[in-house]
Amino acid sequence: MDVLDIARWQFGITTVYHFLMVPLTIGLGILVAVMHTMWVRTDKPEWLRMTRFWGRIYLINFVLGVATGLVQEFQFGLAWSEYSRFVGDVFGSLLALEALLAFFLESTFLGLWIFGWGRIPKKAHLATLWAAVIGSVVSAYFIIAANSWMQHPVGVVTDDATGRPVQVDFLAVLSNNTALAAFSHTIVAALMVAGAALVGIGLWHLRKRALAGAPTTDVDHSVWRRSVRLGGYVSVAAFLLTAVTGDIQGKLMYEQQPLKMSSAEALCETEAPAPFSIFAFSKFGSQECDDVHSWTVPYLLSYLAHGDFSTAVPGVNELQAEYEAAYGETYPDDPSYGDLAGEPIDYTPLLAVTYWNFRLMIGMGMASAAVGAYALWATRKGRVPTSKTGVYGSLLAIGAPFVANASGWIFTEMGRQPFVVYPNPDVPRADQVYFFTAQAVSPGVSAGEVLTSLITLTAVYGALAVVELWLLVRFVRGGVTSGDGAPTPGHTPEGTPDDDLPGGRDKHEDDVLSFAY
Amino acid sequence: MDLQTVWFVAVAVLWTGFLLLEGFDFGVAALLPVLGRKPADRHLMLRSIGPLWDGNEVWLITAAGAVFAAFPGWYATWLPALYLPFVLVLFGLIIRAVAFEWRHSHHTAQWDTTWTHVITGGSLIAALGIGAALGATTLGLPVDADGNRVGGAFAGVGWPAVLGAVAVLSFSLVHGAVFLALKTDGPVRLAARRFARRWSPVAAVPLLVWAGLVQLRDGTTATAVLWLVAALAVLVTWTRVRVDREGQAFTAWAVVLLGSAATIFGSAYPVVVPSTIDPAFDVTISDASVSDYTLTVMTWAAGVGLPVVLGYQAWTYWVFRKRLTAEPETPAEPVHV
Repeated sequence: MDVLDIARWQFGITTVYHFLMVPLTIGLGILVAVMHTMWVRTDKPEWLRMTRFWGRIYLINFVLGVATGLVQEFQFGLAWSEYSRFVGDVFGSLLALEALLAFFLESTFLGLWIFGWGRIPKKAHLATLWAAVIGSVVSAYFIIAANSWMQHPVGVVTDDATGRPVQVDFLAVLSNNTALAAFSHTIVAALMVAGAALVGIGLWHLRKRALAGAPTTDVDHSVWRRSVRLGGYVSVAAFLLTAVTGDIQGKLMYEQQPLKMSSAEALCETEAPAPFSIFAFSKFGSQECDDVHSWTVPYLLSYLAHGDFSTAVPGVNELQAEYEAAYGETYPDDPSYGDLAGEPIDYTPLLAVTYWNFRLMIGMGMASAAVGAYALWATRKGRVPTSKTGVYGSLLAIGAPFVANASGWIFTEMGRQPFVVYPNPDVPRADQVYFFTAQAVSPGVSAGEVLTSLITLTAVYGALAVVELWLLVRFVRGGVTSGDGAPTPGHTPEGTPDDDLPGGRDKHEDDVLSFAY
Repeated sequence: MDLQTVWFVAVAVLWTGFLLLEGFDFGVAALLPVLGRKPADRHLMLRSIGPLWDGNEVWLITAAGAVFAAFPGWYATWLPALYLPFVLVLFGLIIRAVAFEWRHSHHTAQWDTTWTHVITGGSLIAALGIGAALGATTLGLPVDADGNRVGGAFAGVGWPAVLGAVAVLSFSLVHGAVFLALKTDGPVRLAARRFARRWSPVAAVPLLVWAGLVQLRDGTTATAVLWLVAALAVLVTWTRVRVDREGQAFTAWAVVLLGSAATIFGSAYPVVVPSTIDPAFDVTISDASVSDYTLTVMTWAAGVGLPVVLGYQAWTYWVFRKRLTAEPETPAEPVHV
């Protein structure tokens, strides 16, 4: 493998791993802030317990998101220095503004929230959590704006001397329609992740308590029941919103990156009206579009692409020819293209990857919403579900929106290959800004160096995943009092003595911090 | 002052701010096995930086982000040239961050010890690596006319990297000790004082040598004065720790870093990466910077955002200003209604 392949694997692995943490941080952050708000408003003990239990999971996960986010920032310079040079005028400023305007907010106020129990006035303490949550949402916006600029570069002109894009309209970069669509889609998808966690874990505890004959009138019961109900509503509502935002995003993509969408549908020839492919039969991994045969729904693709049932949708073969005419049949014979110099350019992204990730994203999202709906039905009118299949299925389904998020991300990123900065079709051909992935790697860095970092990071990430999962499982099994490590004088309402709760553990000297860390 | 210079100053301030703030939490973490003999002492030491280290680390993210944003040519030359050292830094920062969190997620002596070692090890690796990267960059890297490193994976790692690594670590150790003396009480405070008394005169030497070398190469009279201020601040620190004036010692030790960093950045200006191959290949701010339009946008954003950030970070330090003791905390009075 050459530097390009290794660097791409490294980017893929580190980004997908990072993006397992991010949706949970964003989604759970919002829900914990809602729980905390409910506690401040109602003073009901179950809201406090929910805040602390789910807040703890939020924090265990948050730090891993931060740690892996560092790698993201440095990686652009380390392995992709030509990319950094090329996009520096736009991309770097978005990252820097993210750090300055959002990440400082998130980190500083999260520290205040963690250590502020009992130290800061109740309402100000609640405000610190909201500040941190707003920080993470704003942070997501800047990162998505940076990514969307690569998908659909706006607000720039090409500098004649250097051949690089120069920013001329920062507001255009910030209000990129690609970014607005991707941001709303990502935030609701993050809520689906949090919703699934609430449902799965909440149902498991409800069933366990029911089998043990625990009362359904105490605070703990209320904690799990409310968690399941909240998670169920959030799962279903967020899924409907992902469908709406996904549809908006898809229609934009048909205009901006038609090859990504046609290959997601394995639509080889231009068709009018175009059918939507449900499931494909093909030689797996075949890059020959015509080898793919699938079950289809007539007219649907035309509707998804353009909002009516008859318009033609261009096929992969036609688009490939169009792109060859516009951007060349072969890479320039220049050493900066590495092994690919002089080779033919395949403008069609890997069909198997785009096709199946697109289906995985939608399928897992639907599965997650179905579990949310099941949970709402199973807990209707105060019922407690004891179905083993239902409860363990829901527990397993916590993974579904994670998979949906990861495959959505892989689809978006792999679908724009072979470009790292995709040409914007709204701009006249002569003024377009684009950059091939093959040009983007650091020219001075050796395959051995990138391989070393790939192995190091993958090994560390693997080890971290094992410990994190072990801790989370242990914590979740410990139940609602796990989150009540910290005694919070003045915060625990009367009538809920911690020590009397089932599973309550001894006060430990570390307890002030055991909530914190 | 043109915008490129403004952003050169901004980047210098961010890196210095990072070393100043994260310096003490690196130092406290590195001193865990030295000053924290008992579990309660180590716990106290960790509590002193608990609410602060994450916010401090954002200074690194912002400093690196500002280099990318304002001087992508610097970013794209610097990081690949020191590829492996930077990967090591990332490794150190990752294991350190999770160790802070995970150490308190489970309660056995073995677990505590393991993650304490990881915090110390990760902090050492990160401090050394960042010092190496900054040292090698300010003293020169083997880069060609295109800003790409020549000579293989370890070509950027020579004595300047070693000097920078030792300088950042030894500065941080005393910084951490003075911080502990200021923030804690009991045996940790006493041990930290002893450490600062013994090591403060020596620990600044690598930093002063580093700043002195850049000064000798490219310095001006003004930067020479800054270097002298830094050197004098070492003496002030030493006299202050001897009489146990911890606040003054902490301030004076901060001046050691501020003076040295100002000497280094001030002397190097306008070069951001000096080439050891040919001075003609030096990367300067004008070679490396983005357009004036982008710099203007960022100047507005930073002009509005930075005071706010400084405000709430200062508030954090204010909220957690109380001196910590190893005794179990007396339950605080509820301060809210």
